[in-house]
Amino acid sequence: MALRRWTLKSERFVPWLVPITVLVLWEAAARSGFIEQRILPAPSQVAVAFWDTAKSGALFHHVAISFNRALIGLLVGGGLGFVLGVINGTSRHAELLLDSALQMFRNVPHLAVIPMVILWFGIDETAKIFLVAIGTLFPIYLNTFHGIRTVDRGLIEMARVNGLGPFAIFWRVVLPGAMPSVLVGLRYALGIMWLTLIVAETIAASSGIGYMTMNAREFLQTDVVVLGIIIYALLGKAADVATKLIEHRALAWHPAYHANSNATA
Amino acid sequence: MSPIARKLEPGPAAPANDGSADTAGAHENLGQPLKLDNLHVAFGARKVLQGLSIDIPARQFVAVVGRSGVGKSTLMRLIVGLDQPSEGQVLIAGERVAGLQDSVRLLFQDARLLPWQTVLSNVGIARMPGWKETARGALRDVGLEDRQNDWPAVLSGGQRQRVALARVLVGHPGVLLLDEPFGALDALTRTEMHALLERLWLRHRFTTLLITHDVAEAVALADRVVVIRDGRITYDVTVDIARPRRRVDPVAVALQSKILEQV
Repeated sequence: MALRRWTLKSERFVPWLVPITVLVLWEAAARSGFIEQRILPAPSQVAVAFWDTAKSGALFHHVAISFNRALIGLLVGGGLGFVLGVINGTSRHAELLLDSALQMFRNVPHLAVIPMVILWFGIDETAKIFLVAIGTLFPIYLNTFHGIRTVDRGLIEMARVNGLGPFAIFWRVVLPGAMPSVLVGLRYALGIMWLTLIVAETIAASSGIGYMTMNAREFLQTDVVVLGIIIYALLGKAADVATKLIEHRALAWHPAYHANSNATA
Repeated sequence: MSPIARKLEPGPAAPANDGSADTAGAHENLGQPLKLDNLHVAFGARKVLQGLSIDIPARQFVAVVGRSGVGKSTLMRLIVGLDQPSEGQVLIAGERVAGLQDSVRLLFQDARLLPWQTVLSNVGIARMPGWKETARGALRDVGLEDRQNDWPAVLSGGQRQRVALARVLVGHPGVLLLDEPFGALDALTRTEMHALLERLWLRHRFTTLLITHDVAEAVALADRVVVIRDGRITYDVTVDIARPRRRVDPVAVALQSKILEQV
């Protein structure tokens, strides 16, 4: 019994062991001068940088702008990808017309078009949103398409026999059946969303976290650069947690998400 | 399963008329006559049905027996309207039908429940007005009212098939098609399902067509057993055994071996 309690406690504690040790060693190395501050600032300095930028409001300003770009880009790109996935997934004619063009477009690394995007939109907001939108479109398109195509034919047949019309079948059978796949697409898209945004903001921006870190580099403020990296990590983690919550809600029916499955295990 | 056993007893076990259509009245007489006239179906060069004809009076319970691949499931799909015959016609209540029919319901071999909807929502999948009450009544009929809010994933195979049966009941079928519905169940559950099906048929009196490869099942349940061979009906026999039928009946056993010779 005591052992089990200890195991439970240690299960919570053990994952933190390595990060904390690294932080402690890092701090010690920085303070002793083993690592030069210009190369890598001490964690405590990063914390101070966090406090300073937060107090001046600069941090919040940049995070809000980046978050905004990410969200709008995801809504536009993901929304378009979802709609295209639904159209091509449900209609063979649409697939014939659109799919090969989309596949060609998909295989172009979307960051390769940055020079063109700068020419078209300058370093305007549209440029960043456009890039994020292109980056998030394809993972959601592919997974939605695949999800719809792999919905159990037997269920659709059952629905037809029970008198459901095409719309009812779409809403009650096809879409929920494709949902696990769509959500996998969303998780991929979120990863690509941050990646795209970081690159776009470091190359062509006058605000946002990417701009903040690039600007800090000019003045050798390594603490702010590291802070920017940490913020990206946190935002990425937050996005992941958000999708997990969505999955738990949307896929509550799935045996893997049953609320009481942990209790009985 | 106590709910079924309880409900099989005559008397006040069945709930009184509570306004839901399924539990109202002891006998509903939903059944409509079904006539299959010279049906032909071919998949490419392979001829599955070759001039199959049968006349089924309203409310009769017919079992269709045949080897696998003989076109039993194809026949079901024709009647329900999922497929079209290349020749011949299906007549329900004297009228020629084509396409999906509201008066025909099909119970598949697998339950085909929507995993993302609760048991109750699965039963009321057609979402007709007042579907919750109707669906609850149907679930009561199959003895699963207490599972209405569960996900299908937590049900056993027999329970899932009972939910599918409740879903069929909600449609008030004039013709009920059963495509080897109990084939995947264990023997004990199958016997339970037989009793349940017979009880429901006696109450609602839909014209019933049961596909099975189990001749014992056919003789236990049906008024009439037909054998399909070479794409048409080659044997047609009336099961003249009074209901309720005994588990083991010498007349039934004799009939079974007679049918088996014909399959």
